Amino acid sequence: MTITATPPSPVATAVPSAPSPWLGRLSTFGLYVLSISVALLLAGLLVSLTGASPWEAVQAIFQGSLSDAAALGLSLDKAAPLLIVAVGTCIATSAGLFSIGQEGQVVIGATVGAGIAIFLHGPGPLILFVALLGAALGGAAWAAVSALLYYWRGVPVVISTLLLVYIAYQVVFYAVTQPWLLQESGQNVASPQSDMIREDAWLPRVGEYPGLNFSSLVVIAVLLAIGASIVLNRTTWGFRLRMLGLNPKAARRAGVSAVLLGSTALMISGAFAGFVGGALLVGGSHRLQPGISENVGWDGLLVALVARNNPILAIPVAFFFGVLRAGGGFLASTGVPRYIVDVVTAILVLAIVFPPAYQYLRREVRARRLARALAAGGAA
Amino acid sequence: MTTQPTGAPARSAGAPAAVELRGITKRYGSIVACDDVSLSVARGEIHGLLGQNGAGKSTLVKILIGLAQRDAGEIILDGRTVQIPDPLAAADLGIAMVHQHFSLVNELTVWENVTLGELGRPDPARTRELVRTIGERYGLNVDPDARVEDLSTGERQRVEIIKCLRRDPNLLILDEPTSVLTVAESRELFTVLRRVVQDEGKTVILISHKLDEILTATDHVTIMRSGRVVAQRTTSETDERELAREMVGRELSKWVAASALGDLDALIDPSLSSDPAMLAPVEPIHEDEFPVILRIHDAHASRDGRPLLQGLSLELRAGEILGLAGVEGNGQQALGDLLSSLIELDSGTVEMEGVVLPTGKPGVMHRAGIGVIPEDRHDSGCVLEMSVAENLVMSTVGSVAQRGFVSRKAIRANAETLIEQFEISTPSPDTPMRQLSGGNQQKVVLARELSLNPKVLVAAYPTRGLDVGAIEYMTERLHDAANSGIAVLLISTELEEILTLSHHIAVIHRGAIVGQMRRVDVDADRLGLMMGGQEA
Repeated sequence: MTITATPPSPVATAVPSAPSPWLGRLSTFGLYVLSISVALLLAGLLVSLTGASPWEAVQAIFQGSLSDAAALGLSLDKAAPLLIVAVGTCIATSAGLFSIGQEGQVVIGATVGAGIAIFLHGPGPLILFVALLGAALGGAAWAAVSALLYYWRGVPVVISTLLLVYIAYQVVFYAVTQPWLLQESGQNVASPQSDMIREDAWLPRVGEYPGLNFSSLVVIAVLLAIGASIVLNRTTWGFRLRMLGLNPKAARRAGVSAVLLGSTALMISGAFAGFVGGALLVGGSHRLQPGISENVGWDGLLVALVARNNPILAIPVAFFFGVLRAGGGFLASTGVPRYIVDVVTAILVLAIVFPPAYQYLRREVRARRLARALAAGGAA
Repeated sequence: MTTQPTGAPARSAGAPAAVELRGITKRYGSIVACDDVSLSVARGEIHGLLGQNGAGKSTLVKILIGLAQRDAGEIILDGRTVQIPDPLAAADLGIAMVHQHFSLVNELTVWENVTLGELGRPDPARTRELVRTIGERYGLNVDPDARVEDLSTGERQRVEIIKCLRRDPNLLILDEPTSVLTVAESRELFTVLRRVVQDEGKTVILISHKLDEILTATDHVTIMRSGRVVAQRTTSETDERELAREMVGRELSKWVAASALGDLDALIDPSLSSDPAMLAPVEPIHEDEFPVILRIHDAHASRDGRPLLQGLSLELRAGEILGLAGVEGNGQQALGDLLSSLIELDSGTVEMEGVVLPTGKPGVMHRAGIGVIPEDRHDSGCVLEMSVAENLVMSTVGSVAQRGFVSRKAIRANAETLIEQFEISTPSPDTPMRQLSGGNQQKVVLARELSLNPKVLVAAYPTRGLDVGAIEYMTERLHDAANSGIAVLLISTELEEILTLSHHIAVIHRGAIVGQMRRVDVDADRLGLMMGGQEA
């Protein structure tokens, strides 16, 4: 019965062929190794093009980020805001909402925080607390606009959050160029920035220079990450949120209100970003400037993406990004152009997000080919 | 009906078979879907492929139409060994298939659907003409200019068949073609198929798990069980009982005899069966003893201007199973959604023990004591990425939590109890739902809904896609649920299932109930008329 005159079916799958077979056959780990190697090669090439030596660049990055206690403290300082933004992003994504407007929420948070810190009078610690709270609420309000547009009018969250970033940039620029608002007072040449905030309302630091010292924001960030992880995985609220994100229909059947829970998640995500804006103000520049966010909104989003929306995993990822930021700053001081550092960072991020994206695309392409073959073949 | 075994002479004459499969084997991981399957179909024959869900019928057919690749074996068409690497190759070889689920674009007309997928400029006049000629030749009458969305399910299937026949295939495969048809439409279909093989010399493979269909429509039958061919018979020389035994491998209980075998006539008139006791209707209950629990009055609902429910009124009594019969797509889904708080009524009311419930507010129906087994468990019945234990507490997570924190111990304890009580087969409570078999996923959904002690249980197509063992299990549990005093609404397109379980039968058509009768008074003709939309 089983005499086979022809060899058993050829290797060909049901689909004519995979897009690039040799790439398709790599394991996930192999794919990561390959993609990061290619990224490092490209990065080295780019640095060489500017006339610097790639090896010296690596050394410079190390020196600026990890070589001693002061450098390590700087890396931690850079990582903390990214981590908080990322953790907020994880919460929104758990609910199935892809918000990319963290940058705008950071800026709005900083603006609200500055308004409070400059106009409110009272004891320093109280002002610090109220400013940070106000910043978080500002970020939440900015996110609430997107939630409203989505649940009331069906505007996609990705679109509204993105567009609101550019409006936020305009808002902060307007605030620091209007004398009656937040523009620096008593200057002959009007500059687009606010007054310094009172020193007793600055965010305290932990440790002493030249030993390990870092902003207390680092502690807050780690606590928030752990807290978010517990809330998402151990509470009824987190349970419902994950249910909503994984299967909105089943969640609705089980009595979850998508509007209520989804809006809340989006606003919490906004609050995290807004809080970071406030923290950058009271713990960093101490005055409001249009560039105060230093792109932490965008990079925090990337941290969440690389950490696959796991707040705990976001801790090391954020630290890695912090190292790149701190080391990159040092590298820039050695003569390599700043934008090359940014390009290198971007290439590394792409290398990290490439494997899962590639695997997803491969599945999609296969499914499409199959569908097309079915339609054309008349078998369907 | 099978007095003309057209296949037999051709075979004895020594002509090569139209289709011959030799030793086809296909493995998916450790599961052998097809194990050394051989069968031969002569030109001009309707060949039945009979088996339960999971017997390997679908895999075998996928191999034939190029959707799956065999691990071993040979496919021989008209004496020639062929390779079928993809569906395009299958089409070139003259193999066409009518799938169980339609692939039509509802917004387009019939001729547009027929020409879909063609390269080059569409030719309306020629395509319309083609639809007409094929229609006349095979008795598949359908207006080429009608919109598909305005057609009945039977007419839609005709369009699917025309789509296949226009390519003039030698081999036509139909996968469970009657699952969406009324009894009358099924008979028409079989007449068409007979014409296809007799007048045009084509070959048809009919896949089914319904015995009466196989007996009515085929010349020869191959019976598969667990991936193997267990028997091959000439249809005129076999009977229902033998086919059933071969298909299931054991005697069947009352609960599945009818729905698994598709023995509708015997259900309506048990004396037709060799074992009348097995097919007797459930004991009628006395209406006065049981109070009405749920009352839907004059419900109207719509989506994007299309009516879903048009004045539907229904009463459910405690301890009674009400079977809702009807052709698919007549508002069953909307009714299920209404009772899951997924849609809001435009007018009308839902009353639970005399209290009017707001519609469309998440969780309201659930809290009022309505449990739902949705029609598509993947779509909205469970969360595949979450664990079995988590799925079991989806709607009652508050009961396993303290001050907002979920107790893993409580979730696990709850899961262990339910897994034992409902005989759910899972490696552990923490196993992701995705890894369970369909039958076990359905058990999880059932266990969750029943663990809430509902007053009403809505079961939409509860046995769809399950194997006989799981069907038996689900059916028994629904019967037990009613016995314990729950009002059960059984929504199904399988009349056999409804007749097996229900005390009362209501028929839904175009979003309204067109008639009701007691199970003991069922009359096939009247039921058929009502399903077609006529008051009877």
